[in-house]
Amino acid sequence: MSTTEVVAPLLSLEQKRRSRNVGLSLIFLALVSAFFLSARPGDAGFKLVESFTLVLPAQPFAQALAVVLGALGAVQLYRGFGKWTNVVLAFATAMFVVGFLAWATSGGSFNLTGMLQDTVTRSVPITLGAIAGILCERSGIINIAIEGQLLGGAFAGAVLGSLYGPWVGVLGAMAIGVGLSALLAVFSIRFKVDQVIVGFAINFFSLGLTSFLSQRVLTPYPEYNIVKPFTPYAVPLLSDIPVIGVALFTQTYFVYISVIAVVLTTWFMYRTRWGLRTRAIGEYPQAAGTLGVDVLKLRYRNVWIAGAIAGLGGAWWPIGTVGRFDQNITNGRGFIALAAVIFGRWHPVGALTAALVFGLAEAIQLKMSNLDTGIPSEFLLMAPYIVTLVVVAGFVGRSRAPKAAGQAYDASK
Amino acid sequence: MKNLFNKFGERLNRVSSMKLTLLAVLSALIVGAFIIIVSDVDNLRDGDVLGAVSTVGSAYWALVVGSFGSLRAISNTINSSTPLILCGVSVAIAFKAGLFNIGATGQMLAGGMTSLWVGFAMDGPGYVQVPLAILAGAIGGAVFGAIPGILKARTGAHEVITTIMLNNMAAFFILWLLKTDLFQREDRTDPISKLVSAEGRLPRLFGFMDGRADLIAHVGFIVALGAVLAYWWFLKKTTTGFEFRAYGLNADAATYAGMHVKRLTVLSMMFAGGFAGLAGAAEVLGTYGYASTNFAGNIGFDAIAIALLGQSSPLGTFFAAILFGALQAGGRQMQTNSDVPIDLIIVLRALIVMFIAAPLLVKTIWRTKNATIAAGQTFRGWGS
Repeated sequence: MSTTEVVAPLLSLEQKRRSRNVGLSLIFLALVSAFFLSARPGDAGFKLVESFTLVLPAQPFAQALAVVLGALGAVQLYRGFGKWTNVVLAFATAMFVVGFLAWATSGGSFNLTGMLQDTVTRSVPITLGAIAGILCERSGIINIAIEGQLLGGAFAGAVLGSLYGPWVGVLGAMAIGVGLSALLAVFSIRFKVDQVIVGFAINFFSLGLTSFLSQRVLTPYPEYNIVKPFTPYAVPLLSDIPVIGVALFTQTYFVYISVIAVVLTTWFMYRTRWGLRTRAIGEYPQAAGTLGVDVLKLRYRNVWIAGAIAGLGGAWWPIGTVGRFDQNITNGRGFIALAAVIFGRWHPVGALTAALVFGLAEAIQLKMSNLDTGIPSEFLLMAPYIVTLVVVAGFVGRSRAPKAAGQAYDASK
Repeated sequence: MKNLFNKFGERLNRVSSMKLTLLAVLSALIVGAFIIIVSDVDNLRDGDVLGAVSTVGSAYWALVVGSFGSLRAISNTINSSTPLILCGVSVAIAFKAGLFNIGATGQMLAGGMTSLWVGFAMDGPGYVQVPLAILAGAIGGAVFGAIPGILKARTGAHEVITTIMLNNMAAFFILWLLKTDLFQREDRTDPISKLVSAEGRLPRLFGFMDGRADLIAHVGFIVALGAVLAYWWFLKKTTTGFEFRAYGLNADAATYAGMHVKRLTVLSMMFAGGFAGLAGAAEVLGTYGYASTNFAGNIGFDAIAIALLGQSSPLGTFFAAILFGALQAGGRQMQTNSDVPIDLIIVLRALIVMFIAAPLLVKTIWRTKNATIAAGQTFRGWGS
């Protein structure tokens, strides 16, 4: 676009401002630790393994945390960490979360390993949904229909899983995902309908149809809605590692599959011809078309693959967790996945990171309701969204989407 | 069958967009009928296909009767449409400026709560209190709506993320508010608010008819009509409205023409929030008379479909909202009369939006010619 020259100097200004924001936030976190988190005396017990509970004295920890965060913030403001900024920020945030949990549990104890395991489990549908989003958007199709695809997958997974077993359920969920994404593909590629409109229509269609069928068929015939979910599979050897073994390697197949999906997508996207072409048709399809890439065919194929992955993510609800389908069981997770796409800057690893953050938020929410912290639980429940808002506004800022996302391809132009 | 379609199509050769809309609705109803029949497990198991088909008849008849069949049905339709119109305008005005307002739900909650507070905290004659409470709702929504606008203008944070996050935050915040002494009803332990004083309630539209307490439509509908008019006037007659449209159509051109695009970003989200806030006020002051945790329901999301269907134009959004409201009112009747779940109307809405959005498809199915309909304008995409 013609604005490039104008934008270039602005960008460095923006970077400067962002770097300042990081410094200020670190100072802010330090102040919170110093004056708020250190206000509760008592020891916090983090149960790591059955026989060992890490006891953290909440008050001294918060004070030490305040000193460390303050120092980091001062260095950041004074000269900046440069390319290490993100690492420092991630470290500081992680430590702050620990400090926060210590504050919240002080005088009691809770199962930290269990929470980490829960975090990883809950990130699955968000990760898979986000990968579906990335695949579509990288090839120039905006996919707002992730929510609908997840929901369709969940429904199909529940029904087919009840009738023919969980693996058939998974396959059926992927098939429904492909079906819904085929709608997206045909409407946006063949009929050149605005992709946002089709996406939203698919969301409504999926929500309506699954709710309708669930009430009309699943309620009177509950035998169609009872799946035997996957049980966690402990990876030999790896699952014996303390803490990490439980958190990462004692999980259902869904977790392993989603990690493999992230690795494969990254590899395909950046190391193969297919990936190069995909990124090309998402950025500048005309050029790719001129060089002989079949833009439409590649778009169709990518959107279908994305649908299968999103459907798989949907199957997580009935087959990975509760063993049944309920109306609107996805409850907006598809939109969180969409946020993860943007948050992760259209990169699979970035999306996985974002999904883990949202997963952690959900896991903490569940734990928080059991802890008595003195502040209303609603504010704690609100915290992950505030954090996302602050992170997106303060550090991520203007993100660079694939340029052709949302535009129908016309070879004659 | 194909022949029939052909003949029907020939008659509709000169199709206007209105006819195209009707065809889209008809197509949606046909697909909906198919879904009803296929899901009729009881009848199909007995091999009673006719029974399944007759369910369709009774369901659709209930849909008509429940939405326009009586004064009460019309009142229900009006009542369901009121917040949909206001939120539809909210999403539409943001679309016009190229922004995607997914946050109508949160803005509605914010506006509803501020208007509620004025509604029960103030004592005064109705003609003072009601306008003040409505105004409070608009302001509450506008302030809450301005947040994503300011964030976008200052930091570039995309409104799709920020509005979703703000929706979630608003939901929890209201859960907390409804448990504070200020808002919670004295004799209750669950999160439910005090009642708006009788003076503060929106007057009922059919209040002049004695003994018809079942006609629940309220003056919020007039507010909604006013909002549509204001939206039209703003777009067509004011400089800022022109700037909105220019910014929405081509952000670069607007920037180079010297328009203050950051101001436009904040303003458009603020206006969007204001309209959604009015919807919250209408629900709280008119329909319920109090606030519970989910008085916003799914209206904010339905509004997106409405703005898409109405192509973000004032009149289009209005009629789309009426259509959706009628389906809502009729759907309740349908669920009662024919035990076809009300969720069918979500499917119908989706299908209508899809068929409208793809005129090429409708033309292919019904073999009509010359039907052109411009796709509505949505948001600018993920970039800045």
